[in-house]
Amino acid sequence: MRLFITSLNKRSKVQREQKSVRDLKIGEKGVICCLTDPEMSLKLLEMGCIPGEEVKLNSRAPLGDPITIIVNDYTLSLRLDEAATIKLKA
Amino acid sequence: MSEVLAPAPASVPHTTVPTARKVAKIALIGNPNSGKSSLFNHLTGLNQKVGNFPGVTVDKKTGISQLTPNLKAQVIDLPGTYSLYPKSLDEKVIIDLLHDKKAASYPDVLIITADASNLKRNLLLFTQLADLKIPAVLALNMMDVAEKHGVKIDVAELQAELGVPVIPVNARTGSGLAALKILLSQELEAPKTTFFPIPDDLLVMVRQIRYYFELSNDYLAWHYAHQYHKLSFLSDDDKEYIGELVKKYGFHSNALQASETVDRYTRINGLLLDAMRVTKAENNEQFSNKLDQVLTHKIFGYLIFFGVLFMIFQAIFAWAAYPMDLIDSGVATLNAWIHTQADGPLVDLLTDGILAGLGGVLIFIPQIALLFAFIAVLEETGYMARVTFLMDKIMRKFGLNGKSVVPLISGVACAVPAIMATRTIDNWKDRMITIFVTPLMSCSARLPIYTVMIALVVPEKYFLGFMSLQGLVLMGLYLIGFVAAILSAALLKWVLKTKERSYFIMEFPTYKMPRWKNVGLTIVEKVKAFVFQAGKVILAISVVLWVLSSYGPGNAIVQAEKQASTELTTMNLSEADAEAHIAGQKLEASYAGQFGKFIEPAIRPLGYDWKVGIALLTSFAAREVFVGTISTIYSVGDSENISTVKEKLMAEKDEFGQPFFTPARAFSLLIFYVFAMQCMSTIAVVYRETKGWKWPILQMLYMTGLAYASAFLVFRLFS
Repeated sequence: MRLFITSLNKRSKVQREQKSVRDLKIGEKGVICCLTDPEMSLKLLEMGCIPGEEVKLNSRAPLGDPITIIVNDYTLSLRLDEAATIKLKA
Repeated sequence: MSEVLAPAPASVPHTTVPTARKVAKIALIGNPNSGKSSLFNHLTGLNQKVGNFPGVTVDKKTGISQLTPNLKAQVIDLPGTYSLYPKSLDEKVIIDLLHDKKAASYPDVLIITADASNLKRNLLLFTQLADLKIPAVLALNMMDVAEKHGVKIDVAELQAELGVPVIPVNARTGSGLAALKILLSQELEAPKTTFFPIPDDLLVMVRQIRYYFELSNDYLAWHYAHQYHKLSFLSDDDKEYIGELVKKYGFHSNALQASETVDRYTRINGLLLDAMRVTKAENNEQFSNKLDQVLTHKIFGYLIFFGVLFMIFQAIFAWAAYPMDLIDSGVATLNAWIHTQADGPLVDLLTDGILAGLGGVLIFIPQIALLFAFIAVLEETGYMARVTFLMDKIMRKFGLNGKSVVPLISGVACAVPAIMATRTIDNWKDRMITIFVTPLMSCSARLPIYTVMIALVVPEKYFLGFMSLQGLVLMGLYLIGFVAAILSAALLKWVLKTKERSYFIMEFPTYKMPRWKNVGLTIVEKVKAFVFQAGKVILAISVVLWVLSSYGPGNAIVQAEKQASTELTTMNLSEADAEAHIAGQKLEASYAGQFGKFIEPAIRPLGYDWKVGIALLTSFAAREVFVGTISTIYSVGDSENISTVKEKLMAEKDEFGQPFFTPARAFSLLIFYVFAMQCMSTIAVVYRETKGWKWPILQMLYMTGLAYASAFLVFRLFS
């Protein structure tokens, strides 16, 4: 029984994708690793979401989506599915 | 006119020096929220003109600026953008202008605005523009805000690094403007520093494009390679030429664009190491953040937002009524006075045709002015971004935008200013959908029709002692309109195809005090745009409608008048009723009357006869005209009094001697007016906002079709 649970945990850990801005808690910081959506990444790069930059989740809209993040010393708002394309360094 | 701005001929080989008489053209360009519009307002004051960029729904704002006592320049305000690679249709006008040296308004000089408190991101666009080698000045705005955030900028150092003149300005107070103007009055050189060198392996291809199109620099050719399919001034052959080169050299636009942006940021970070000093590292937007905890709060956020919406609604519904009544009675008084001075068909054309039509245009000014006063303040303060933030998730489900809420609610007062308010929606598709569905919201002009028809067939009963049955039906009609708007939006979301992706990625601006000068100029601009662009369509249609209802084929009208007069001798009516009788007979004989009879077969399935047909035609001028026309055709003397109108209509019999206005007919009419696009002003304003006839015509077909089908169903259901 115990074994089963550990293996399940392990599997879900492997299955779980790399952490993205979407997964941050309010006030939590992370460092951008890469952007996954080629077309949207152009927009995000222009807005200063460059790999290596630090991001902080600033707030969430009352319905959970969109969110605001702080990057490059200013506040940027974006939707959750857009935030999910910004992967963070582990 | 001794001095004229000219690019230095040595550094820009392919431009000719403007002749001494030519007025220099300056283009203002910068990030959204970088103070670009304020700077434009400072430079040009009231000398502004709003025109069209070809093919898009972006206003082209131009103005004349007096640089020195004897030197003027034309200033053009370009849409705010974060980069030279357009992400929206609106931003595309920028490359169409800057990448085409032959464009009529190709600028001699650029003023690039940058927000000093957010310099890194603002410099991205700057470095792209500098690489285009158009003579430029950097107007560094919001130095005070930057300093408050602990950011200190060494202007001299920055200027040395960037290679173009840097002028600190304050777009709020206008300080720094004199220096900017003096600089602009002098001959400026093209920027010498190159920020992004074209990768070596692609230089051969870029040079081929450059020499083929005789371009002045490599970076412009580089942009041709990236965006040739978007540049509307290139011919199909040109596009094919570039397309083949791009394929041959394996030019991957997306990947190259991404690495260009990263390279530019690296370069910017490097040059800012010397030119910018940050003393307080932590982001310092405490005030805005505190305010946001209330204004975007789960409960208070929505409560406050609905409070704001309620205020806007009150303003255009109730407050605007006073000046509107004034305009209405003013036009009526003027017309009456002219009639006492002169008479004849030409005078009638002037008064009942042209002046009445003009009144129909002017009557919208109070609503437009009030709505845009609110919208300008919401935009200026930064609250509009919060509205989008609060509403995005809900509205997106229906293909709408968070910002669609303001036009939709305003549409309950009047669709005309509401549709003009959709300009705040950046995304083309979201904006078109909002424009399309806003007229389905029941506007105040439908209220008179609702009132009369409900009074006619819904009994004055009360449920539970306080809920009026008539009130419930009225509320139901508003609800039907709202549901139709939302469902139509969801439908359009599927139907409308667009290459433009809808992003929400945008700067979340900090709260600011509104600049009242900008608010004032917005109001003036919107009123002018409406009067001169939508106004002429309204005027034209109203004159046509007037001709149709006051003239008939041959001498039909004269005969009708004669016959009515002879009938009157046997009828023994009061003077007012007698006049009404004559007017009714004349209307029946007019072209409008002919039209009503002509379309009778088409509207019979809905339960209407030719008399209603006339009212359908004339109420195209404005829905409330329906009541007036019905009163005329049924010879109601006093059309102001609802109970008189009601009595007359109740007495109207059909061909079998039964009351004509059965509940089936009345409800059919009600539903028809909930849906039908019975408003020439809305059509005119959609024409002006979408810059073409395609959308207004589609919209009219859709709404009329919906109205016809639903009215038919309702009539069948109730009879």
